[in-house]
Amino acid sequence: MRVHAKRAGALLGGLVFPTWSMADWTMNMSPGVTGTSNDIFSLHMTILWICVVIGVVVFGVMFWSIFAHRKSQGHKPANFHENTLVEILWTIIPFVILVVMAIPATATLVDMYDTTEAEVDVKITGYQWKWQYEYVDQDFGYFSNLATPRDQIENRQDKGENYLLEVDNPLIIPVGKKVRFLLTANDVIHSWWVPAFGVKKDAIPGFINETWVRVDEPGVYRGQCTELCGKDHGFMPVVVEAVPEEEFNVWLAEQKAAAQKERELTQKDWTMDELMARGEKAYQTACAACHQPDGSGAPPAFPALKGSPIATGDVTAHIDIVVNGKAGTAMQAFGNQLSEVDLAAVITYERNAWGNNTGDMVTPKEILDYKNQQ
Amino acid sequence: MSAVADTHAQEHHHGPAKGISRWLLTTNHKDIGTMYLVFSFAMFLLGGTMAMVIRAELFQPGLQIVQPEFFNQMTTMHGLIMVFGAVMPAFVGLANWMLPLMIGAPDMALPRMNNWSFWLLPCAFLILVSTLFMEGGAPNFGWTFYAPLSTTYGPPSTTFFIFAVHIMGISSIMGAINVIATILNLRAPGMTLMKMPLFVWTWLITAFLLIAVMPVLAGVVTMMLMDINFGTSFFDASGGGDPVLFQHVFWFFGHPEVYIMILPAFGAVSHIIPAFSRKPLFGYASMVYAVGAIALLSFVVWAHHMFTVGIPIAGQLFFMYATMLIAVPTGVKVFNWVATMFRGSLTFEAPMLFAVAFVILFTIGGFSGLMLAIAPADFQYHDTYFVVAHFHYVLVPGAIFGIFASAYFWLPKWTGHMYDETLAKTHFWLSFVGMNLAFFPMHFLGLAGMPRRIPDYALQFADFNMISSIGAFMFGVTQLLFLLIVIKCVRGGKEAAAKPWDGAEGLEWTVPSPAPYHTFATPPEVK
Ligand code: HEM
Ligand SMILES: [Cu+2]
Repeated sequence: MRVHAKRAGALLGGLVFPTWSMADWTMNMSPGVTGTSNDIFSLHMTILWICVVIGVVVFGVMFWSIFAHRKSQGHKPANFHENTLVEILWTIIPFVILVVMAIPATATLVDMYDTTEAEVDVKITGYQWKWQYEYVDQDFGYFSNLATPRDQIENRQDKGENYLLEVDNPLIIPVGKKVRFLLTANDVIHSWWVPAFGVKKDAIPGFINETWVRVDEPGVYRGQCTELCGKDHGFMPVVVEAVPEEEFNVWLAEQKAAAQKERELTQKDWTMDELMARGEKAYQTACAACHQPDGSGAPPAFPALKGSPIATGDVTAHIDIVVNGKAGTAMQAFGNQLSEVDLAAVITYERNAWGNNTGDMVTPKEILDYKNQQ
Repeated sequence: MSAVADTHAQEHHHGPAKGISRWLLTTNHKDIGTMYLVFSFAMFLLGGTMAMVIRAELFQPGLQIVQPEFFNQMTTMHGLIMVFGAVMPAFVGLANWMLPLMIGAPDMALPRMNNWSFWLLPCAFLILVSTLFMEGGAPNFGWTFYAPLSTTYGPPSTTFFIFAVHIMGISSIMGAINVIATILNLRAPGMTLMKMPLFVWTWLITAFLLIAVMPVLAGVVTMMLMDINFGTSFFDASGGGDPVLFQHVFWFFGHPEVYIMILPAFGAVSHIIPAFSRKPLFGYASMVYAVGAIALLSFVVWAHHMFTVGIPIAGQLFFMYATMLIAVPTGVKVFNWVATMFRGSLTFEAPMLFAVAFVILFTIGGFSGLMLAIAPADFQYHDTYFVVAHFHYVLVPGAIFGIFASAYFWLPKWTGHMYDETLAKTHFWLSFVGMNLAFFPMHFLGLAGMPRRIPDYALQFADFNMISSIGAFMFGVTQLLFLLIVIKCVRGGKEAAAKPWDGAEGLEWTVPSPAPYHTFATPPEVK
């Protein structure tokens, strides 16, 4: 029945509107892939059916009156206006139903709060507008940004299958292990949600929240930020890839090696062209959301960089604001978010792109020195 | 001084003053009630226009009409204007018009303050709406304005928003004091508390809620003001503050606030259903106790809006149980309305249509409320379109249909004419269909995983969003019909009898239609 409705919908949609053919007609929560999400799903279905039954009874009586007790049907009004027994009954019965409902709800909640005995710890930090994943104990982490191209969002290009639900670097976790998430945020409140896990928790500056998941099926699971966090709140998806444990270990080792290599790059001698090329890439992922791809900004909240006093003036001041941010504004401290190489590249880029032609080149070593001085 | 005394004397003997000063200086509860209602409808159209912008952007995936910055300003202003500009003033307008007529009082107890509390409102909203034209735009952090998004990261106009909220708060508190003073002091001889009409009861309780929580709202925005302009760190973690504190304080105001927006409608519907069922209200006493219970419970459930912020499990359980409990008195009210209709002699004029739709659709909103109360399930529902569906079901067919039902019910008393029943029924059916088309699919969207407050969405949400937008446009356009109906009714139409509805009860129907400028100069006797 559902399948037929879906097909008919897709067919109709395909004819009427091109985007519709991509869409589906999911109407209910999905049970998800974890114990928690299944427990939640069954609570959801139970309370839904309770509501449906109460609704059928109450609306049934009401529709019966609407149908049979109309003046136009010649119905004469009765004159009763209270009945203690009935009134007590319809106070007590709902109360009892609620008590019955509260029992499994309490059990599920207790289970959801049990973050003990985790085997892997991941620290998740919300930023405007991206997620940072750090493998606690492994001394390794990275950022996860929206990967959907701007052209798709602005309708210049067809939208891909995972439109707005795709990232450059997904969070990778091993299947079959209890993974604990430690959530916090760097600027405003965000909320990390993966529906298939039944996990949603706010990431709040100054707090560390805990939650956990154990995924048994390998796969890619998608979600979104669910707490309004500013302009690009709709554009910071969550993507989690659950992989078999061996694969996870291999991946982790590779990533750590790559990170090490990246650090070594700091010592390399960079040319202007190399820095500009790398800087443009870093700029587009880290800076363009606010300062715009062409450096024009969105004043007053997000100042333009094109021709700005900082990007064309004193180099140290420029390094300072990028590394340390500016308190009280949306300008974050990128010192710990980007590598020395990326910092150098992005600053070089900002000083030479869009007609800022200062000719200044900032090298990774200079950034390292600057950071060490602090 | 003598001039004041003069105009006063003149008013008493000759009815309203002429020209604009009638409205600027009036202390007459009917004039003030009318101004509140007109103001509220204007705000309803303005807030509605913003909703149309939101739904137009969400018609299809991708960014088409507005940019995310402006989208966020629209959702924020829509919420603020509807809550503080449309729903609350409409109920104060109904209170002004009807409370004195229902309790047999000549006017509100504090008529000059009454004038003040109205005229503060246009000032507040002028300030609020003007932020749209300021550098950096209007508030863009949602009607719940969570810190630090609204403090450290808020636009420069936030300070104006805070000022506007302060003014609205003062207006509401003054209005509430007036309602309480009127009800407690000016009832006709013989009208004991348990003989008061239910609209009077629900407003009395609402007024106490307002006095209890508006200062809390004022407090929280003042803390924001300090954080933004005077270097404090109430909500700034990097200065030792606590962003979660904001939410506790806000929702301590916010949850009672949602009942402030529904209790007066409960009252009005409790008049309308008996009138068109030609049968007394079932369970008057339990209705009163249920409203009292809801009001008390509403102070201890606030953290159900915060199940995902990480409160300790004991708190989580407490707020879950308390919230589930609130469904019991709410259920009692619904059962009583249905029992009132049962074995009545029903007719379905516009007020009754809106009232019956109120009961059905508000109950659906109550059901989703009950689902949201189950804390573990709320982890999935929270901040998705499921919540948006829930609160629109309790607020649109709840509060707003309650207001429409009241307006049609009492329009003959206000204007002396019957409204055009055919047009009114058309208004009802188009609103009913539009509203359900707009908001029912939002349940599905939320369950399928669409977060709220996003300007663009993944492709699997496309079809229900399109349906929802179509319903919203239909609902929006239909409201212009209401304007037409009211204008037509003010200007003419069939003369209304003192009691145009044969089943209606209450003192308001003992005075002629239209109600004279001054009524109950000598109090009636209630047996
Ligand atoms: C049976 C009674 C009700 C229950 C159990 C209930 C429960 C809830 C819960 C648990 C939430 C939080 C959902 C979340 O954010 O995850 C919520 C949200 C909300 N409810 Fe209700 N509710 C009830 C009736 C009402 C009524 C009568 C109104 C207003 C007339 C109302 C207005 C709202 C609003 C405005 C929100 C959303 C606020 C926001 O986040 O913007 N609710 N309700
Ligand atoms: Cu609430």
